[in-house]
Amino acid sequence: MEILLVIALFAPLVAAVFAALFAMTEKKLFVGVINSILIGLSWFASMILLYYVSIDRPVSFTLFDWIATGHLDLKFGFLVDQISAVMMVVVTTVSALVHVYSIGYMEHDKSFNRFFSYLSAFVFSMMVLVMSDNFLGLFIGWEGVGLCSYLLVGFWYHKPDVPRSVNPSISPSWAANEAFIVNRVADLGMLLGIFLIYWQLGTLTYSEVFANIATLDANITTWIAILLFIGAMGKSAQFPLHTWLADAMEGPTPVSALIHAATMVTAGVYLLVRSNEIYMLTPDVGFFIAALGAFVAMFAASMALVNNDVKRVIAYSTLSQLGYMFVAAGLGAYWVALFHLMTHAFFKALLFLGAGNVMHAMDDELNIKKMGGLYKVMKPTAIMMAVASVALAGIYPLAGFFSKDKILEVAFGDGYMIIWLVLLITAGLTAFYSFRVVMLVFFGEERYKNRELTSPNGNHFHPHEMPIYVLIAMSPLMILAVISGFFEHAYHEFVSEVLPMNMPHLESGTLYALIAITLATSLSGIALAVYKYSRGGFNPRWENNFFYKLFSNQYYIPNIYNAVFIQGFGGLSRFAWRVIDQKIIDLLVDVVARIVMFTGRGMQSHHTGNLSQMLRLMGLGLVVMVLMAVLLLQIGQGA
Amino acid sequence: MIGLSHYLILSVILFLIGMAGVMTRKNLLMLLFSTEIMLNAVNLGFVAISKFHHDLSGQMFSFFIIAIAASEVAVGLGLLIALYKRTGSLDLDSIAKMNG
Amino acid sequence: MFELVAFYLFAFLTIGSFVTTVKTRQPLYALTSLAAGMIFISAFFFMLDADFMGVVQIVVYTGAVLALYAFGMMFFDSSSLIKEKQRPASTVFILGTMIALVIVSMLVAPIAADHFQGAYPPIEGEGNVENIGYILFTKYLVPFELAAVMLLTAMIAGIVLASKHMNLKESE
Repeated sequence: MEILLVIALFAPLVAAVFAALFAMTEKKLFVGVINSILIGLSWFASMILLYYVSIDRPVSFTLFDWIATGHLDLKFGFLVDQISAVMMVVVTTVSALVHVYSIGYMEHDKSFNRFFSYLSAFVFSMMVLVMSDNFLGLFIGWEGVGLCSYLLVGFWYHKPDVPRSVNPSISPSWAANEAFIVNRVADLGMLLGIFLIYWQLGTLTYSEVFANIATLDANITTWIAILLFIGAMGKSAQFPLHTWLADAMEGPTPVSALIHAATMVTAGVYLLVRSNEIYMLTPDVGFFIAALGAFVAMFAASMALVNNDVKRVIAYSTLSQLGYMFVAAGLGAYWVALFHLMTHAFFKALLFLGAGNVMHAMDDELNIKKMGGLYKVMKPTAIMMAVASVALAGIYPLAGFFSKDKILEVAFGDGYMIIWLVLLITAGLTAFYSFRVVMLVFFGEERYKNRELTSPNGNHFHPHEMPIYVLIAMSPLMILAVISGFFEHAYHEFVSEVLPMNMPHLESGTLYALIAITLATSLSGIALAVYKYSRGGFNPRWENNFFYKLFSNQYYIPNIYNAVFIQGFGGLSRFAWRVIDQKIIDLLVDVVARIVMFTGRGMQSHHTGNLSQMLRLMGLGLVVMVLMAVLLLQIGQGA
Repeated sequence: MIGLSHYLILSVILFLIGMAGVMTRKNLLMLLFSTEIMLNAVNLGFVAISKFHHDLSGQMFSFFIIAIAASEVAVGLGLLIALYKRTGSLDLDSIAKMNG
Repeated sequence: MFELVAFYLFAFLTIGSFVTTVKTRQPLYALTSLAAGMIFISAFFFMLDADFMGVVQIVVYTGAVLALYAFGMMFFDSSSLIKEKQRPASTVFILGTMIALVIVSMLVAPIAADHFQGAYPPIEGEGNVENIGYILFTKYLVPFELAAVMLLTAMIAGIVLASKHMNLKESE
């Protein structure tokens, strides 16, 4: 079994290194094919491991002693237990499909090989993250995915900066920097949490940490929980560190599907699920997480309602769904959080890939107001996106229903009525905005015909469907988006060995009533969207509404951040440059230089080149030195 | 009776003679002679201390000083000859090439 | 008594020769008196039971070094006297006095304290040369070898410096 673990872990690394060999050369199709095969191999190994873990026991493997200094004895160890196995399967499934998809999506990009190198490196980092058996290994993976995310968001780094009013993300390199810097802020919190664990417990291995965590002082545990959650907040883009996720949509769409929907952003949820023993001891922090999650769910959904950028809508939707996961994790239903993570990964990746198809068809047009009627030309994509949207909205019997409904059930059953209500409304909003996108893109009048009828190269513009193998690559995701909900029972049994399974007990009548309410809300959201947008949408006057402006400007938070942090930091830097550097440090340096210059000028007259004068000076120096020697001797004798 | 301080004072006197030579003379050859005098003065001091403190290290030091003096003469004379060939003079004041 | 007489006699002679060396205007006189002073110094070495050093002093200094000077002087036109510009004697005098004061104080201070112990005392019953041999080839072997290398280097340096363009003047 260990060999499978090694294959699952290192096949992506081999793929990344292999693709990196060709990174600087022109597109080579076999790079994409071989990388996809290697990721597929990793997927295959993960599946076998999942099966093995389900019938036998967790697999652990120590690669080598990593750090052994003083009291710190850290192995480069890996652990595949139920949680890791689920994550591995989710990650490798989506990764493998996205790899295949990217062969089609990136076919005209001249940095094709580089893209695959980054993408496979990301998969490797993610595997390290989920498979590590200690917090430091997790952190390595955590930083690795952050780096790959940075590289991939900024993949089209050559695009110029544009004002925020034209493109809210300004430019890919700007968005990449933002993602990286925001994550640094959060990672500092996480790192401090890890330090605190090590300081208090002297170990970082999960099993040892969780075995001893209960012995710690409650305050310390709370701090650990908070600090680790700050890390999770950054990676999973929770408020107030959420701005980077929407801007990260500047990256290629497969990246958005893989990293910013299915895998990396859920790393925060994974961290919470993995550290559930810590969070169970700190119910207050848990409640805060749940409250924040509910807030983010609603907050992000509200922004998704009005955005006209198809990828940004889906990004906000991701944010909103992450909020759901945090509610579940915060309320102690870790298995539900993990379950929603899994189903969400499938249908959200599908949604993104569908959006990628649309973009591909529309010559990288993102504004849904300029699309419409695409159903006629790209039927398979339309069906897939519709399915994914239904799954996202949480309609029975698709995947989203099972997991989202469980979260609502937990919130209701635990008596957190406000959270429940917020989530319920959000479910309605989710349904609405999902179908708003579907309606605007695929149905209605063909608004794309209004724009200049010729693309830049002079050809007549006509949308076209993706190659068939791309659609085939997407189809497993569609199937999973439909059926993965039915695995609930098997999944429940599978993870029950490692995760607490406490579900609030509800009467079956209440349960069905809840399901009915949720379904009704979602369906009414869908119905509203379909009804309104099949008749040309809302009155444009609504766009002057205060809330519309607030939502479409992301609550002005980017502007606030810009004013407070970016301008503030810029001002601080300018101060440091103009005052501290130019006035103080340069002055000191100048003073040193001036002293040397003036003394040099003063001594110039002595420099006659007359050797006998030099000899006399030497004699004087000798006298001084001898005097000092005598003085030192006297001092030495006196002491 | 003659003690250590007699020798040391003699040594200092000799050293100062050498030093005065270095300070006053202009002929480079004389400067080398004066250096030899100073080295000899130091030798005398070393040997005297060696005798009065029963330590052969002093003699060893003066032995090595003689070796150094021999080397110094060889190199110094070589340099003087080279200088003389170039300038035709051994006057210390005439060498002002290093005037800044 | 004999020692006292010998000390003062040789001290007088040495100082006299060296003063002559320093003050004379004729390089040849200076060389001769320097050689004499060196030999007088070796007398002190014999008085201090440093026979070996005394011999070395005569052989190396008077024999080799001064012979080298004598040969070296043949390159120079020693008849063309260098004008010794007399500068105000006061600076030299002040400097010399200060140096004298300092050196005396430096020398007297540790001797008066009389702190140190001989690290390598001579072995009783052995002659000075044997003692020197023991210590030179045990404790000071490495410096001895280095000194040999240094002498060799200096010899080569001297030859190179002096022989450079040796025949240039004739051909010009």
